[in-house]
Amino acid sequence: MNFPNRALRHKSFVVGGVLVALLVATALLSFVWTPYPAADLDIPNKLRPPSAAHWLGTDSLGRDIVSLLIVGSRNSIAVGLIAVGIGLAFGVALGLLAAARRGWVEELVMRFSDFAYAFPALLSAIMLTAVYGPGLTTAIVAIGIFNVPVFARVTRAAAGGVWSREFVLAARACGKGAWSITWRHVLPNIAAALIVQATIQFAIAILAEAALSYLGLGTQPPMPSWGRMLNEGQNMMYQSWLLAVWPGLAIVLSVLGLNLMGDGLRDLLDPRLARQR
Amino acid sequence: MGLFLLKRFATFVATLLAASVVIFAVQGALPGNAAQVMLGESATPEAVAALSKKLGLDQPAPVRYGHWLRGLATGEMGTSVAYETPVAELIGERLAVTAPLAAMAMTLTTVVALALGVYAAAHHNRLGDVGVMTLSQIGIAIPNFWFAILLILVFAVKLQWFSAGGFPGWADEPWQSFKALVLPAVALAVVQAAILARITRSAVLDVLREDFVRTARAKGLNRRQVLWRHVLRNAFVPVLTVMGLQFANLLTGTVVVENVFSLPGLGRLIFQAISNRDILVVQNVVMLLAAAVIVINFIVDVLYAVIDPRLKVHGA
Repeated sequence: MNFPNRALRHKSFVVGGVLVALLVATALLSFVWTPYPAADLDIPNKLRPPSAAHWLGTDSLGRDIVSLLIVGSRNSIAVGLIAVGIGLAFGVALGLLAAARRGWVEELVMRFSDFAYAFPALLSAIMLTAVYGPGLTTAIVAIGIFNVPVFARVTRAAAGGVWSREFVLAARACGKGAWSITWRHVLPNIAAALIVQATIQFAIAILAEAALSYLGLGTQPPMPSWGRMLNEGQNMMYQSWLLAVWPGLAIVLSVLGLNLMGDGLRDLLDPRLARQR
Repeated sequence: MGLFLLKRFATFVATLLAASVVIFAVQGALPGNAAQVMLGESATPEAVAALSKKLGLDQPAPVRYGHWLRGLATGEMGTSVAYETPVAELIGERLAVTAPLAAMAMTLTTVVALALGVYAAAHHNRLGDVGVMTLSQIGIAIPNFWFAILLILVFAVKLQWFSAGGFPGWADEPWQSFKALVLPAVALAVVQAAILARITRSAVLDVLREDFVRTARAKGLNRRQVLWRHVLRNAFVPVLTVMGLQFANLLTGTVVVENVFSLPGLGRLIFQAISNRDILVVQNVVMLLAAAVIVINFIVDVLYAVIDPRLKVHGA
């Protein structure tokens, strides 16, 4: 069976794909249309329950919740993309280097990634905000740094496996150098594992950004963010409890979609990985 | 075994030292002067100079680093600018909230995850398995602080069984203090348990496919006996690895969840220290949290060797 047919039969991939497509579509939609301008205050209409005019109601400043959620999705996607990009760029390079050179280089890269595990995303973000002040950039960099050792490990493990295969031996016998083999043979063969890991790290990045923004260390006002909306929602819990529900649902659906899509991709792209589960 | 432990211990010490260097370097890389950052932009040059001298910032970096390490070892971590209390004392007070919270959350995680994971594996591909896996997929996607808010909504605002936040203190009201930690512990445990249940399930399933399990079944043991006598011990190695990693997530999770419930723990301390520009506190608490993660991972490695005899042979 060809790939599209197999993909359409894979339940979790389809559900995940639909949720992720929804997230991306929402973010794109935010550039051309929102029910109301997200930043518009409308104090007389504050804390309204869901209605025909405001589908999910309004917040404590009278802003339309649907509009805020739609614009907030941009943030989540931007953080995910950049943080995963940082992890991919540096982590894959380190992992490939470790697999190609072996010996002390490999040992050094692996000890570095062991060590980096002592600083989970939130902890490194806290450390960086203490120095450089809170903000979206600090949050993205912190989450990106946390991604580096994750990708370094996955890359080294996968690339190490490719280096021991016969076709690599044949390429070496033909006189190909380490870089040419890495570029031509290793990278294409580990791409599947990297794509799967990237979707998972994307989900983790969205969760971390939400947590940081909830604490006031991530996205700063007036830019809407799901994490900050939850913080405000918690303060308004006694007046309008639904405010603390919607942004959380948005986060859960996005993360769930990415995780399901990652699981599905693993099954579809690499049957050997799927069997290990 | 001895050599394996020695090697692991050397790596452990090196990792701790490397962590301290990174933390020191990041805090030392302050744009401008740390004293200036602490006092704010409106501070007079004289005040900045005085605080710099008091903090020893006029000394070269290696001297300051050595001084800090010595302080960490002896508990002399300096005085917090915002609280005017010794940092060690502050950390001690806050640990009385964070340590029990982390312990409660980890216990809850382990009990729930092992029970669900083993149950799902024993009912592989049946309704119970699918149910547990669906629940865990959703659990992994839930941000712990949002779950904490939902718990407050249901159990504090609607049902009023628990308070929405705050901590009365162990000395005054031990029972109320314990109760104040229940919802935060549940919020922390749910996500971790969802992950661990999946790992447990797949670890048990892997062992169930092994030849010795078939042999045990062939000699007449029933499924339950095989599960308890042979499978669980062997499935425990991968589960333990993930538990070690999860402890790190749990510790950083406390930073967020303590803020949701306004609990006076380490998480809240570090957060307030950031707002107060109390860099000495941030530096020491971050070091403590990183050290906790490194220590736990070291213990997990040592436990491996105890559980899995094959590792002893390879290590030695």
